[in-house]
Amino acid sequence: MKLLPKILCLCSALYSISSHAALDIVITEGVDSARKVAVVPFKWLGTGPRPASITNVISSDLRFSGRFSPTALFSMPQNPSTDSEIDYAAWGATQIEAIVVGTIKPYTQGRYIVGFELIDVLRAQVTNGSAKVLSGGKLITSNDHILDSRETVISAKEFRQYGHRISDVVYEKLTGERGAFRTKIAYVLVDRNNPTYKYRLMIADFDGHNETEILRSKEPLMSPSWSPDGTKLVYASFENRRQQIFIQDIYTQKREKVSSYRGINSAPRFSPDGKSLALVLSKDGNPDIYTLHLATKRLVRVTRNRAIDTEPSWSPDGKKLLFTSERGGKPQIYQVNLVSKRITRVTFDGEMNLGASYIGKNGQIVVVNRTRGKYHIAKQDIKFGNVQVLTKTRLDESPSVAPNGSMIIYGTMHRGRQVLGLVSIDGRFKARLPVSEGEVKAPAWSPFIF
Amino acid sequence: MRLNKVVKSLAVAIPMFALAACGSTSTADADSQETNQSATQNDTVVTAPVVKELTPAEKQRLVLQELQKEHIIYFDFDTATVSNTFATLLDAHAAYLRVNAGTTILVEGHADERGTPEYNIALGERRAKAVSRYLEGLGVNGSQIETVSYGEEKPLDNSRSEAGFATNRRAVLVY
Repeated sequence: MKLLPKILCLCSALYSISSHAALDIVITEGVDSARKVAVVPFKWLGTGPRPASITNVISSDLRFSGRFSPTALFSMPQNPSTDSEIDYAAWGATQIEAIVVGTIKPYTQGRYIVGFELIDVLRAQVTNGSAKVLSGGKLITSNDHILDSRETVISAKEFRQYGHRISDVVYEKLTGERGAFRTKIAYVLVDRNNPTYKYRLMIADFDGHNETEILRSKEPLMSPSWSPDGTKLVYASFENRRQQIFIQDIYTQKREKVSSYRGINSAPRFSPDGKSLALVLSKDGNPDIYTLHLATKRLVRVTRNRAIDTEPSWSPDGKKLLFTSERGGKPQIYQVNLVSKRITRVTFDGEMNLGASYIGKNGQIVVVNRTRGKYHIAKQDIKFGNVQVLTKTRLDESPSVAPNGSMIIYGTMHRGRQVLGLVSIDGRFKARLPVSEGEVKAPAWSPFIF
Repeated sequence: MRLNKVVKSLAVAIPMFALAACGSTSTADADSQETNQSATQNDTVVTAPVVKELTPAEKQRLVLQELQKEHIIYFDFDTATVSNTFATLLDAHAAYLRVNAGTTILVEGHADERGTPEYNIALGERRAKAVSRYLEGLGVNGSQIETVSYGEEKPLDNSRSEAGFATNRRAVLVY
């Protein structure tokens, strides 16, 4: 019998203060070819009121990825809570390939034991729940249809976070790729009706829950971007009536001004090793790309051109930068090798291409593409150049890719307001994350935090 | 020194401001003015006003107030070319800055909301610098001019319509 991995983890919910969800996900477009799965509501084994739902979190996570289509409750043949209760044949007839079942038990005061199992329905049908496999020359019984199974003690505040944790397990078991459901997003919230502090720098879970303010300002805040260890944000601020770049530790609140040259100090991005920034300065005449080594403060000029060069973005290996330049007339994406300083043009389709970043290591980039006056998020293969437009909304900008490359968050317009949009990397699933007040812009997806 | 029309008209306007200011010492209400007038006519003595001479600082302030009413230069999409439409406006500001060499001005560059915020910062700076160069071309000392770009971060019109975009593509002269 396979040992069930039991992990007692202290998933300390970083931001547990705000329970109301300021951002709400609205699904704007369905997915036709996503894999069918079912997340059966976990069975509450205690007395008294049932704690918050974990299964809703898991279902929506899996749906956002664009890879899965969780089945509605009324379409489930039964509501089992453990593997032993599952009628494999009944599930097999539903074309659902995997199901998540689980239980919630009271532990000590305010704490709960949450257990779950991820069942491969197709495998279970074949083996009927007990496969005979060879191990060490002997034929033994295995329950290899159970892809994962864990039990964890969590507090009432940690339900959402643990739901994301289960989603990560399910996603990784079923796709072979790491899940990004415990990541965060940073963004700027602009409330034009606020008489004083119009600009706020916010952090939330990737799905918009647990929204937390980390800075408020009377003057604009721009371009937040995460350090690779997920502990700091770098951003541009106009608090001193000119653009300057700051790094802020999101836990200690310590802030450091790192660039305050004459003119533009814009578009900062941490290098993959966290030791340098790429940024845009206009101190030498017009906007050019520079790198700034944070420990030594050594500044290196990367581009030298009379046209606008901006929006640097590091390659995953830290050896190249993508950037926007209008050296060819209109803004297009170029790539510069930081060692050889050789520059090559990357985008050719559309009137303009802006705001590029790499999608992981797969040789693709995401851009803001302007075609016939419309600004959309698009994906392009660097080597082969083929472009896929992913969004259809108006004035889409500021795309930021999840650390596993599965989803893109971006700024878009909805009913005259700036909101955040989420699109799966294949463009088939889209959701909108509107806020109750103000405009949301400049989203930045965090690296893996856990 | 070359004074343009705006400044010339102000030369006429300033004494009139002063006159208006003296004429209504306590109240500008029409009824009470009538009462005052009849009271004065019934008396055996009649007082006459003397126009108070404005101090140079007061004069400068009034000229500046007038200039500040016309202080925005608008641009076409994705360009930073100062249109001839704004020649008169910029002439007036240049004239003021040449005379008042101790005055500094901040030129804010702005963009509409299309395109990316970071590109628009660059575009806003280009507009601010175009206006700065224009003023320098009219004899203003470069050290009197500072520039800042707010890109698309401070729109005047949030409608995201063509008209709204046009309103937001601007450079603003701030004293």
